[in-house]
Amino acid sequence: MGVLLTKAAQWTTASSGTGKLEFTPMNEFLLKGILCFVEQFNFQHPQEAEHVFEEPLQWITTLVASDFKTDYDISGDVQSQEKDSEGHSLLQLSPPTVCVRSFSQLCKLVHLAGDKKLEEVRACLEENRDPLVKILGPFFANIMERGTVHTQDQAKDSEVKVRLFHLLQNMDKQLLANLLEEISEWLDPTSVKNEVELLKQFCTEGEKKVLKTVRYTSDYEFSNGCRAPLWRQLHGEICYLIIEPYDSEDFYITCSNAGVFLNGVGEQSGYDRTSDVYKDLVTLLKSRSPHFAENINNQVQWNIDRFTVINKKHPYRCPLLLQVVKSTLICSLLFSKDPARAMQVETFSESSSESEEEDEQLERRPENNIDLPAEYWQIQKLVKYLKGGDQTATVLTLCAMMDLNLMQETCQLAIRDVGGLEVLINLLDTDEVKCKIGSLKILRKISNNVQICRTTVEMGGLRCIVKILDSPVKELKALAAETIANIARFRRARRTVRQYDGIKKLVKLLDCVPNLTRLTADQEKDVDVARCGALALWSCSKSTKNKEAIRKAGGIPLLGRLLKSPHENMLIPVVGTLQECASEVSYRIAIQTEGMIKDLVKNLSSDNDELQMHCASAIFKCAEDQETRDLVRKYRGLQPLVLLLGKAENKQLLAAATGAIWKCSISMENVAKLQEYKALEILVGLLSDQPEEVLVNVVGALGEFAQIPANRATIRKYGGIKPLVNLLTGTNQALLVNVTKAVGACATDKDNMAFIDSLDGVRLVWSLLKNPSTDVQSSAAWALCPCIENAKDAGEMVRSLVGGLELIVNLLKSTNNEVLASICAAITKIAKDKENLAVLTDHGVVPLLARLTNTSDDRLRYNLAGAIGHCCMWGSNRVSFGDTGAVAPLVHYLKSKDSAVHKSTAMALYQLSKDPNNCITMHEKGVVKILKCNGQESHIHSHQWLNKYC
Amino acid sequence: MSAMSRKLVQTLAETISKQVEHFNKTEVECLIREFKVLLGEPGMGRAVNGLDRVKFRSILHNIFGMTDDMILDGVFRTFDKDNDSFVSMKEWIEGLSVFLRGTLDEKIKYCFHVYDLNNDNYISRDEMFHMLKNSLIRQPTEEDPDEGIKDLVEITLKKMDHDHDGRLSLADFEKAVREENLLLEAFGTCLPDMAVIINERFMRNMVTYISRSEGLNLTFYFPFFSEY
Repeated sequence: MGVLLTKAAQWTTASSGTGKLEFTPMNEFLLKGILCFVEQFNFQHPQEAEHVFEEPLQWITTLVASDFKTDYDISGDVQSQEKDSEGHSLLQLSPPTVCVRSFSQLCKLVHLAGDKKLEEVRACLEENRDPLVKILGPFFANIMERGTVHTQDQAKDSEVKVRLFHLLQNMDKQLLANLLEEISEWLDPTSVKNEVELLKQFCTEGEKKVLKTVRYTSDYEFSNGCRAPLWRQLHGEICYLIIEPYDSEDFYITCSNAGVFLNGVGEQSGYDRTSDVYKDLVTLLKSRSPHFAENINNQVQWNIDRFTVINKKHPYRCPLLLQVVKSTLICSLLFSKDPARAMQVETFSESSSESEEEDEQLERRPENNIDLPAEYWQIQKLVKYLKGGDQTATVLTLCAMMDLNLMQETCQLAIRDVGGLEVLINLLDTDEVKCKIGSLKILRKISNNVQICRTTVEMGGLRCIVKILDSPVKELKALAAETIANIARFRRARRTVRQYDGIKKLVKLLDCVPNLTRLTADQEKDVDVARCGALALWSCSKSTKNKEAIRKAGGIPLLGRLLKSPHENMLIPVVGTLQECASEVSYRIAIQTEGMIKDLVKNLSSDNDELQMHCASAIFKCAEDQETRDLVRKYRGLQPLVLLLGKAENKQLLAAATGAIWKCSISMENVAKLQEYKALEILVGLLSDQPEEVLVNVVGALGEFAQIPANRATIRKYGGIKPLVNLLTGTNQALLVNVTKAVGACATDKDNMAFIDSLDGVRLVWSLLKNPSTDVQSSAAWALCPCIENAKDAGEMVRSLVGGLELIVNLLKSTNNEVLASICAAITKIAKDKENLAVLTDHGVVPLLARLTNTSDDRLRYNLAGAIGHCCMWGSNRVSFGDTGAVAPLVHYLKSKDSAVHKSTAMALYQLSKDPNNCITMHEKGVVKILKCNGQESHIHSHQWLNKYC
Repeated sequence: MSAMSRKLVQTLAETISKQVEHFNKTEVECLIREFKVLLGEPGMGRAVNGLDRVKFRSILHNIFGMTDDMILDGVFRTFDKDNDSFVSMKEWIEGLSVFLRGTLDEKIKYCFHVYDLNNDNYISRDEMFHMLKNSLIRQPTEEDPDEGIKDLVEITLKKMDHDHDGRLSLADFEKAVREENLLLEAFGTCLPDMAVIINERFMRNMVTYISRSEGLNLTFYFPFFSEY
């Protein structure tokens, strides 16, 4: 109890005399154990229970006098009837403090406390930090704390006291044992032990010693394998180490189940943590000792041997040793593909069932464990030869390396980790062509691993490779470009290529004659170099600045020339690059003016899916432009695009093809042509069960198709309305923009509208006004206009949407002009219903509209004037518009260059002019003069009111 | 040069160019002239049959920067087809035809022959060891300093010995080289190297050479120049 409580239990702030016991599972466990011991004490040890404590245990209790029953004198302070030899009560309660002087009273008290008994025990222990001293006196307490018993001294004290002492000691041990049992499930000293053994070997064996000494602070090992004192084990600590490295002060290390860390022993500040927690010793040492970090890799091979040997010696220990090796050295090599498992090992927290499972796995594939390290050994040896070989030996070694499975991650990382990558990169800087070829042949393959790519860039390898692009040897150039294609998969690499002038060099590689029917061997090599160059540019073109650099280096015409190649393996990187770059407007123009559309269209009919996809994707990006769309039609590209819709199983291809159709269908001539190939029918069929990137395009295309009245009915006929309305519930913003647009376009057909309304489509569109994206908001608002216009009982429909009008009015506070314009347009439609206009007015539409009048955006002006004109029709709104200063700016709209704005403004002014004050304002602003200047027919209304009021 | 000898040279060139691949008559003519220059002035006494080993070595060393004596011996042996310890004019031209302009097939045979030190049509373990013995830095710490070389020989055998008889036949060698061209000069440089050809010393040689013989086809010693 004493040991446990003072050392094991988790106290909040140990500094103050009356710390609290934390509410942790472990404390709970201890308290319950102690409670259980106390509860049964009277019954099990009646004699010892009588023993009177040296000093009373005293604490603030929650019990009150009424809780005490018979055996207690409850007049005034509660006193137990049981008294000691001197007549003092063994229990005394002077609320809220209680004093207890024997176990029998303690026992009774906890029984009386009922469900508060745990709190009582907690309070008692919190306030009596040395219960043993109080119960037995300082002498016994000391003995117990030291854990040894001097039987000679017992004579001094009563026999009972000794027995009580033993009882308490046993309870203490029992509790600890129980706790340890619980803890041992998550405390695994074996892993640490094995790692320490491995480290100890590093002090004596291997090419170069990496550490001076590794030793435990304590030679005594507990039965559970831990060396930390029991009470520290309860904190998850396993053992303490002193490691003497070559290059710094000794490390004082605590190994715990949470990891390893430096403790304060070296600085005389106890066992507190003074460093980060590392997952294992090797990691800690690597970060703390440069010498260790430098030389540990040389030990990898040795370690593998060791691992194999141990493996053979102790088949049953295998999983644990494997864990050690995993968590230490080759973890990153062997098991990096399975970080989840590595993680488990790191925290030593694998549950027993899992380790059994691993046992089985290991037994099932024993060969693997021996095979893999053999490969490392092989790689390390080869790298050694690379380092120490002349040209002949180097080339032989490189050839041998090519025979390894270089696409396998373990091999790739092994090459890096034994220093092979560095050697390969160094070889690129030599004059030996054959060595460079061999090195690149390996780099080309291992660079399919992103980690290798990053390391290569960090080591400056990419710079060397870019330099090789200038080599006169074609094979070298091709290999270098191919390797760049692999490495330039992340931004930093792409930037490096650009910074070392790589883009210019790569573009230069493209210069060849690709489409001769008969090529000499030499020209064939040129074509291959160009192909590799295109591959590299394709990778690089994912950065915007590189796109620009390719263009500046004159890459576009060269790509255009290669586009005429008959070979797929050339066309794919070329079209890939083009479609990647087509995100830039300069490329889109160039693709059109350099006549590439024709070739792109031609390759739409290739029988290679990937090529078709890139072509369609390029057209998708370029067909925003009117002329490009016309060219696609001119070169008969629409039919192959529709044919591609048949390849519905290839989603990337489908997305590109539907995208191209969408953009092409912006031209109505194209829509007509597409209709000849039954495109609409197929597109409607693609409305369900497709990934979002396909749906966005399909719906986009339907939106364009629906601009033609006949197609709106066709969409309904093929059952397209329902899936479209269903898509309104989605979350993809690009999709929602297109869906609302398509639904809006469909709603211009009265029959469609009825159907949409029956599907609750208007409510769905309306609720999209709440979408955070301004694009979706405006698109939804635009779609509402035809819905309201064509609905049978529009006013009622709008009213039925609870909170809908308030939502609309509130969007007038948006800062986005497109949203404002669309909302104004919607208000124009809504305000046609008087009742709804009244509601809009109540929500304060007038001042909000008036506030917007100072805009110079003609699109907004047009819709705003319309909305103002219609909102005048209710109550005193005309006057309110005048009061809020909306009239003067409106007059100014008449100076706009857009005649549509004039028209709607004139309408609005006409409505406003029905209030005489507004007329005066208009007159002051010179409305007559402006109107007479314009003098157009569209202002017929204006003239009417001018005549009437002025 | 007298008109008489010029006539002789032309006739000779015509004959040889019919027998040797890759060189046209003019080129052969130049080579004949050059051979005479290389041979030096005829000795005071008996006529010289051709280039002896020492002279041959020094020519290859000077022009192509080849330095490995063992390999040069192999090259000499390969050039010297009739095995008379002299490379005659015809042997020289025939040898150069492969050396400078050979197809892959020809080069494979040529290299194999160079590496087949004892002429028994096989490259044995011992021969490989012999050729590679200076190719690795020996680490004094190792118990057996030759261990690395031996291992390298085994690695090479594993890669190239397709019929698993512990030695390389021409067929083994050919197959391996076709799979990986880098293995053509597996056991030492025995063909002119791009980098060396471009190197300054050689260019200087060429300049003096060109100055001596007009009308020489410049691509003559530049077998790789077509790659530029």
